[in-house]
Amino acid sequence: MAHRLQQLTKYVLLLLFSFISLYPIFLMFLSSFKTSQEITRSPLGMPHSISLDNFIEVWHKVQFSDYLLNSVLVSVFSLLIILLVSSMAAFYLSRYNFRWNGALLFFFMLGLMLPMKLAISPLYMQLLKLGLLDSLAGLVVVYVAGHISFAVFLFYGFFGTLPRDLDQSARIDGCNDFQVYYRIILPLMRPAIATVAITDLIKVWNDFFYPLVLIKSTGKGTIMYGMLRLFGEYDTEWNLLFSGLTLASLPMIIAFLFASRQFIEGLTAGAVK
Amino acid sequence: MRKPKHMKHLVHLFLLPALVFYVGFMMVPIVSALMNSFFSWKGLLRDQFIGLENFIRLFTESPHKETFNRALGHNVIFFLVLVPAKLMVAYLLALLINSRIKGKEWFKTIFFMPKLLSVIVVGYLFSLILNPSYGVLNTALRAIGLEEWARPWLGHPDTALYTIILVDSWYEFGFAVLIFLVGLQSISREVYEAAKIDRATGLTLLLRITVPLSMPSIMIMTILTFISSFESFELIYAMQGTSGGPYYSTDVLALYFYRLMFSTAGGGEAIGLGSALAVILLVMIATATAVSMYFFRRKAVDY
Repeated sequence: MAHRLQQLTKYVLLLLFSFISLYPIFLMFLSSFKTSQEITRSPLGMPHSISLDNFIEVWHKVQFSDYLLNSVLVSVFSLLIILLVSSMAAFYLSRYNFRWNGALLFFFMLGLMLPMKLAISPLYMQLLKLGLLDSLAGLVVVYVAGHISFAVFLFYGFFGTLPRDLDQSARIDGCNDFQVYYRIILPLMRPAIATVAITDLIKVWNDFFYPLVLIKSTGKGTIMYGMLRLFGEYDTEWNLLFSGLTLASLPMIIAFLFASRQFIEGLTAGAVK
Repeated sequence: MRKPKHMKHLVHLFLLPALVFYVGFMMVPIVSALMNSFFSWKGLLRDQFIGLENFIRLFTESPHKETFNRALGHNVIFFLVLVPAKLMVAYLLALLINSRIKGKEWFKTIFFMPKLLSVIVVGYLFSLILNPSYGVLNTALRAIGLEEWARPWLGHPDTALYTIILVDSWYEFGFAVLIFLVGLQSISREVYEAAKIDRATGLTLLLRITVPLSMPSIMIMTILTFISSFESFELIYAMQGTSGGPYYSTDVLALYFYRLMFSTAGGGEAIGLGSALAVILLVMIATATAVSMYFFRRKAVDY
């Protein structure tokens, strides 16, 4: 009997926190289908009809398609460049024995300890000089620079688990250094690539700080920058606000539903940082 | 088979792109920020070397001193409240999930969901939920007869900071649950079996075995929470604006830094003061990260 009561308490607590966890997100979804009046009169109630009017209105009113496209471009390019340059650097560090490699590894690891946001003012000046301020390319450069440390750290650790005999035998078969990297190592590192890609995707997609500081013209904003404008201009039209938030969050939530395990593994691996 | 010499040098191309991005856009700016803190500034122009003057002004001169101390105090409160609100709750939930229970994966997934949202989305979403007149929270409180509990959560200096910390806990607790679970699952069954033979039960088992053996994950989460308390910016920016309203009651160091760098706070000297503040935060965060990495490495060895 005491055991049963104990089990019951456990489930009650877990379900309570599940509710706390999900309700605000559920509320965000639900409210995006309501009219402005429904939201203010009965914030807890269900919408009277399911219509996509709010989404369509947000889409047109704040150039949502532009923001979405910018976010997709920035995320895709940042991710591809991070994966390419970091895996190459980690390959260099783990497969060659140059005498500076130890110091280099330490140098890359330093980046795990230093919050880049605090260097925002010199970074801003530098992008200004290079003509990269207020551009998507500028954002990509910043995200790549900021995520290299973590990616090198993870790839380097992963390479340690791949036997060296593998590349030796490939060399004997006549592969040059680039072919070893491209044909042998890269295909084997899929799990590590997935981890880095997912961790960085969610960070880049959700970032708000750098667009806030580095982007000036609305046409170059990302989705999170779009939220700033939405809340600045339509702060009384709650139906639009809720549906904007839903649209901004939907891509990551859908991706999560398809690959929840990889997400969880990716972000807990990121805990070292 | 010997390779021709020019091919050998090509190997460094593997390193080059990463190094260019990393040095050019991360290390150089960080070193510049460090240097900038030792100079006096006239607007955007670096003037002359003044040693620690910027730091001294930040600590001793009005109104910088007051703003700095108040913001630092709020960062400390942030950390001190997050420990029970986020970490202790998360540890309890991790213990529950780790016990004999159905649907472990479901609970893990559900607790993790908030972390998928952008901080800015979380901030805006909760400013709607906590709205004094139309927000869900106050409406619900009125509906169940707790009328006197309904209040402007974010609008009053007494409650604003704590409300934001609770929102931050909501956002982050699922992640802490996952980290704690990793720690709990690494404790071997034999340890428990042995303890049971010694007739250890319930609370003794928890305090003598479970907590000490999951200490590395507890340390890591505590340090990560410390770091995030001192980095917090976006959530407060979204909910209370750049001045940490109402009446600076939610102002933190990162917001003060942002105001120095990008708005009118600090006047013509702002960049010097802001850089000094950045260096202070940098040293604190880097130290905490170094400590957490030490624990992480030790944990990897222990188990």
